[in-house]
Amino acid sequence: MTGESSAHGENAGGAGGSARLGIWLFLATELLLFGGLFTAYTVFRLKDPGLFHAGSLRLDRMLGAANTVVLITSSLTVALGLDAIRQGKERALKICLSLTLLLAAAFLGIKAFEYAEHFAHREFPGTDLFFSLYFMMTGLHAIHILAGMVLFAGILWGASARKFSADYHTPVEISGLYWHFVDVVWIYLFPLLYLIG
Amino acid sequence: MGGRRTYMLIWAALLLLTAVTLGISFLHLGVGNAVIALSLASVKAALVGLYFMHLRRESALVRAFALAPLLFLALIILGTLSDTLFRK
Repeated sequence: MTGESSAHGENAGGAGGSARLGIWLFLATELLLFGGLFTAYTVFRLKDPGLFHAGSLRLDRMLGAANTVVLITSSLTVALGLDAIRQGKERALKICLSLTLLLAAAFLGIKAFEYAEHFAHREFPGTDLFFSLYFMMTGLHAIHILAGMVLFAGILWGASARKFSADYHTPVEISGLYWHFVDVVWIYLFPLLYLIG
Repeated sequence: MGGRRTYMLIWAALLLLTAVTLGISFLHLGVGNAVIALSLASVKAALVGLYFMHLRRESALVRAFALAPLLFLALIILGTLSDTLFRK
């Protein structure tokens, strides 16, 4: 990277620029998809604060924090991977993608453990409004993590086939933007569900 | 490499903010808890958007595409609340 304005170098406009515009448009629809749930959360929390207080105390905030750290770190590995391939470092990209997949799997593992604990305590999606929203919001988010893993597995496969280089890495960049978005959603889910008691 | 250094710093800042958010959640500040937690979350989201998603260096058009949906989300939430909060 040479300077501020030329950070995107060859693809400041053109195909890379269109692709970025496209993914941001997609992320807009994603924001409004999650937005419906955030709206429901706000409405019902204002209506029955006591239920949400009691509900959030049923969650393990240390596990929530651990998953926040895992996801933030996975965003770092995605950013570093893109930085690597921009300089033509294919091996570094593959290492970063593999680490991202590992971290994503760790996130889902912790989430699955939490779900198992809830089920063991007879806390289900139908238990009350708090748990309905908790399972819906974290479930929809987990599906997005899963989709991201499929995406990055494809990118890793492409990288192994030597498809990406310093000149061409649009799919890496676009998938990365999606991943950071999923990270941002969790950044809000963590305090809203686990911490606001 | 400047880019890599910046990413590491942002990552460290995000971890620090997560630790602060978690720490404050153990204090009993009433409404203050929610306000602080959501403010810190917004700082984290802004860091991810500006640095990891490169909005800091994007064109005005892409920035508009990124920010306009937030306005619509605010409209949806406030519009809904303007109904539900004032129902008898």
